[in-house]
Amino acid sequence: MTESFNKTQAEIIQGLREIVPASVTMTGETRIVTDLHLDSLAVMDFIMSLEDRFEIVIPLDRVSDVETLADLAKVVDQLRARD
Amino acid sequence: MSILSKFDPLRETYDRLRAVGQNPFEMVFDEMLSPTEGMHRGKKTILLGTNNYLGLTFDSECIEESVQVLRRNGTGTTGSRIANGSYGAHRKLELELAKYFQRRHCMVFSTGYQANLGMLSTLAGKGDYLLLDSDSHASIYDGARLGHAEVVRFRHNDPEDLHKRLNRLKDMPGSKLIVVEGIYSMLGDAAPLREIAQVKRETGAYLMVDEAHSLGVLGEHGRGLAEQAGPETEAAVDFVVGTFSKSLGSVGGFCVSNIDDFDVLRVACRPYMFTASLPPSVMASTVTALRRLQEAPELRTKLHANANRLYQGLRERGFTVGPQPSPIVSVALKDSQLAVEFWNRLLEGGLYLNLALPPATPTASPLLRSSVSAAHSFEQIDRALQLFEMIGRQLGVLAPVPALPETRRAATHKGLAFPANTDLGLVANAGV
Repeated sequence: MTESFNKTQAEIIQGLREIVPASVTMTGETRIVTDLHLDSLAVMDFIMSLEDRFEIVIPLDRVSDVETLADLAKVVDQLRARD
Repeated sequence: MSILSKFDPLRETYDRLRAVGQNPFEMVFDEMLSPTEGMHRGKKTILLGTNNYLGLTFDSECIEESVQVLRRNGTGTTGSRIANGSYGAHRKLELELAKYFQRRHCMVFSTGYQANLGMLSTLAGKGDYLLLDSDSHASIYDGARLGHAEVVRFRHNDPEDLHKRLNRLKDMPGSKLIVVEGIYSMLGDAAPLREIAQVKRETGAYLMVDEAHSLGVLGEHGRGLAEQAGPETEAAVDFVVGTFSKSLGSVGGFCVSNIDDFDVLRVACRPYMFTASLPPSVMASTVTALRRLQEAPELRTKLHANANRLYQGLRERGFTVGPQPSPIVSVALKDSQLAVEFWNRLLEGGLYLNLALPPATPTASPLLRSSVSAAHSFEQIDRALQLFEMIGRQLGVLAPVPALPETRRAATHKGLAFPANTDLGLVANAGV
């Protein structure tokens, strides 16, 4: 994993801390919907906050296959590289 | 394991609702008596949740015209306009709508849902961008999913947030289409359309307004929020979509526009092409209702008087209502169990309205959602207020005894109202 990927993943986890209880451990393998019990609305709103955090556009279809936090970090990293 | 096992959590939620009393999502009316009254389990019930804004479902002219056309042209078209041809009534309805909206083109769909499904999925193609308000109706989200455009959400009713997101796309090729609603169906708040139109002009995007809940409701001639926002803003709206199933009292949807080559959509838009077209009798009542809407502006005046009476009345009693008076008046309650109980007691008292539970609501609060009609009498509105107050006290939503004088109660409540811009986001609404 690249340094940029690790940093992105750490920032995503930091962002999720605002909506996920502190007792929940989050790693790259954490599944966003199943493990964090976020509904579709919460996920879409979190994506919107990531767009602001990273100053990028994350089209919703780009995250349709995302399951884990590492999957999400990968998509965000790719979109950041594009800019 | 059944193919339906994935719905177990949903089924459990619904089972719990049934246990409280009447399931709000399984209402069956024995009979409709008028635009504002129906029979439910043998009891006369005030209808305060039917989106029948002008009360035209029982308009004698609409009914008479519809009956005549039904006898003349039969019960249905039995096919799509592309494969089986159009009736004169389809063209007439499209011409009347185009004329009313002062636009060159119109396409009619079989439902309002399909109008959004069709227009969004077809207008924005691969490489294009759809910018959706985060509180958008399910039909807008579904239209976005059906198409191949990239979908980006912006914060509800926040033109600056929209501008920021469009700026991030400024170097991307492809058309950008902003989609907003005239009146949002859950809280009754209107889009800040002048500011959004300004963003559209500055960024070179296209703008679509869904006037489903604002047609016949806003604007001097009832053309909706775009008309109310003024000629400059109305001209900046490239596409207006809407429905016949609210203020026009029938069923169907439409899109009007001035854009060149609009008619090519008729052979590209799948939700238009591959579905049966509207029955002639439905179109006949719709055309008549459109005429009634124009010749009876007093209906709008009465609608707003009723809406204000309900909104202010609830607010003065201490309920948490939406950010602005509108024919959609929603009361927020603190949890779903309370909301279901409240809703059932209203129904037992002879008042029907809509129950909206999260996540189909803009915030985590469940809503008791009313939609007011011009056909309601002040007596009916007052009866609704009386029931709300009585049940509110029974369930501890309101203080047991009104302890403060009227003016102070209203002032105390002010801080509890929804913020004008809720930025908590929203999933697709439940489809009202």
